[in-house]
Amino acid sequence: MNNQFPITKIIDDDGTLLDTSYEEQLTEALSYHLYHHMYRIRTFDRKAISLQRQGRIGTYPPFEGQEAAQVGSAYALGEDDWVFPTYRDHGATLTFGADMTRMFMYWNGRVEGCVPPEGKRIFPAAVPIATQIPHAVGAAWAEKKKGTDNIALVYFGDGATSEGDFHEGLNFAGVFQTPTVFFNQNNGYAISVPFEKQTNSATIAQKAIAYDIPSVRIDGNDCFAVYFTTKEAIDAARKGKGPTLIEAVTWRTGAHTTADDPSKYRPEHLGTDTVDPLERLERFMKTYGHWNDEKIAEIEQTCQAEVETAVEQMENASQPNVDDMFNHVFAELPDHLANQKLAYEAFLKEES
Amino acid sequence: MVQTQTASATKQLTMVQAINDALKLKLEQDETTLLLGEDIGKNGGVFRATGGLYDTFGADRVIDTPLSESGIVGTAVGLAVNGFKPIVEMQFMGFIYPAYDQIMTHVSRMRMKSMGRFTVPMVIRAPYGAGIRAPEVHSDSAEALFTHMPGIKVVCPASPRQAKGLLMAAIEDPDPVLFMEPMRSYRAQRETVPTDAYTCEIGKGRRLHEGSDISLIAWGAMVAIAEAAARKAEAKGISCDVIDVQTLYPLDRDLIAESVQKTGRAVIVHEAQGTGGLGNDIVSLINDEAFLYLRAPIERVTGFDVPVPFFALEDQYMPNTARVLKQIERAVNF
Repeated sequence: MNNQFPITKIIDDDGTLLDTSYEEQLTEALSYHLYHHMYRIRTFDRKAISLQRQGRIGTYPPFEGQEAAQVGSAYALGEDDWVFPTYRDHGATLTFGADMTRMFMYWNGRVEGCVPPEGKRIFPAAVPIATQIPHAVGAAWAEKKKGTDNIALVYFGDGATSEGDFHEGLNFAGVFQTPTVFFNQNNGYAISVPFEKQTNSATIAQKAIAYDIPSVRIDGNDCFAVYFTTKEAIDAARKGKGPTLIEAVTWRTGAHTTADDPSKYRPEHLGTDTVDPLERLERFMKTYGHWNDEKIAEIEQTCQAEVETAVEQMENASQPNVDDMFNHVFAELPDHLANQKLAYEAFLKEES
Repeated sequence: MVQTQTASATKQLTMVQAINDALKLKLEQDETTLLLGEDIGKNGGVFRATGGLYDTFGADRVIDTPLSESGIVGTAVGLAVNGFKPIVEMQFMGFIYPAYDQIMTHVSRMRMKSMGRFTVPMVIRAPYGAGIRAPEVHSDSAEALFTHMPGIKVVCPASPRQAKGLLMAAIEDPDPVLFMEPMRSYRAQRETVPTDAYTCEIGKGRRLHEGSDISLIAWGAMVAIAEAAARKAEAKGISCDVIDVQTLYPLDRDLIAESVQKTGRAVIVHEAQGTGGLGNDIVSLINDEAFLYLRAPIERVTGFDVPVPFFALEDQYMPNTARVLKQIERAVNF
């Protein structure tokens, strides 16, 4: 099955162009856009780890190493498309237009972090594994029923493919031919369990055969391969050609979360086999004369400043409102819940 | 409890026919309404609750899905946030468990986690309960798993007329509703049901019989048992206030409190297992609202704390008139 689903790349680890059919499309502008987004989310990610270490936010799941997979895929989306992320896909949602301050708030335990900018169709991150997959199928199905050409893209990891909801979602998408792109980031480990213990399948891409859904396996650290493959899958979905499963093979450089120690289950050297997606793009840009030190420095400064501002805004946000705990459970607060709220407010008043 | 009624025309319907009638009206009224479930299309559902609807509204609106409860509810979440009103059928409540994760982690808390940005108005219909000689697992009465779950309403009609009005209200509700249908009552009686659309308010119970000595509190198929026990008790000179709870979450606290404040005694009847059952919440409600009015300990008649037995023993498991009557007398003679 490995042979049936070889890993496709557009650029090599050293930045060399492998698939010359894309040569004209790998423009300086595209390179800069992708680099900017990847640098931006890496800056966010590293800052978040540092904030967690200082006790300024809660437990945090880093995505470093997966920037090309997240940026390349999210960058291919259209304005009115839907995104269904997991808790490790905030790099993708930031690229798609999520608010950075709210993202920090989410990781600081604030429900406000789940609310996307007005009109932006970004679902709250799914914490239970694979549960978001049928949601994306349903939202895409709704677009098809309405006769639009919008699509839904859903992120999930290698571990998710062992869950029932992965299979139920793919099956529904196959049966009803929904415009859904299933974007798998296979980073080799579901917390501590390696891929070969997760499944007897050699690839995730091959699992789509059972549902008669087209699938492809790509180098998830090659931002161009990710971008163009996702774009093709999205275009096919828009044209009514149904769903696609993309397996983007990547590597989580760091821990599962800030509460995890990967040295307990993962040999250190494995990480060095995979070339960092930002370095890889940098090599490509340098080889093809797209790299301009001043321009890059400017991007880096802009990103640093944006992250610092977002942290400041997160830390200066108003205190969480106790009312929010009660007010959004139902459209209208039921009497017994209204009474619980009133009683607790009275209690707080007495105590203060 | 019929609240809006636009015409006086009526039909004599069974509960399953009344449910079909409500679904048909809603499919006619609102193009965004979709039915999803296993065997609900051509076959019209294993109980025929959706009979004829596939022919009238087509395969795009009355959708035969794969045999996939989590997939059905999960895709319904996506349909609901994106402008449709899914009404999904779980073929039997005993098969709702694969969808429990979706209902618990997403359906019930989508409004909360998105602060109202994403909502999932949907109805999950689930035929439940014992008493029809069904195979293993088909007879569960799992309401307490859902009344314990914040963010979803739980409704359970006891008669054809209430079933139609409550189902129409559930479909119009802005929040998800679990709609439990007592299989044993599907064809047990015919009732005069208004032909046109009407709703019965969610969150309100109803008093079926006014009495002064004891409150009998039940829902779904147990309402008929409570009524039968009330008739026997009346013959013995005990006057029963019979309450059909109807909405299991949120409970009609005022109705229950007012009834028990009047009678000072209560028997709660449900067929689900007693431990962790909704009856305990009603005991707690009475404790909160009517403690000083009580003249006897509150009695419960429930299923035993065992899995619903294979049907050869289901009659032993379920509360019956004799068991209810015994607890009525115990409370009255306390």
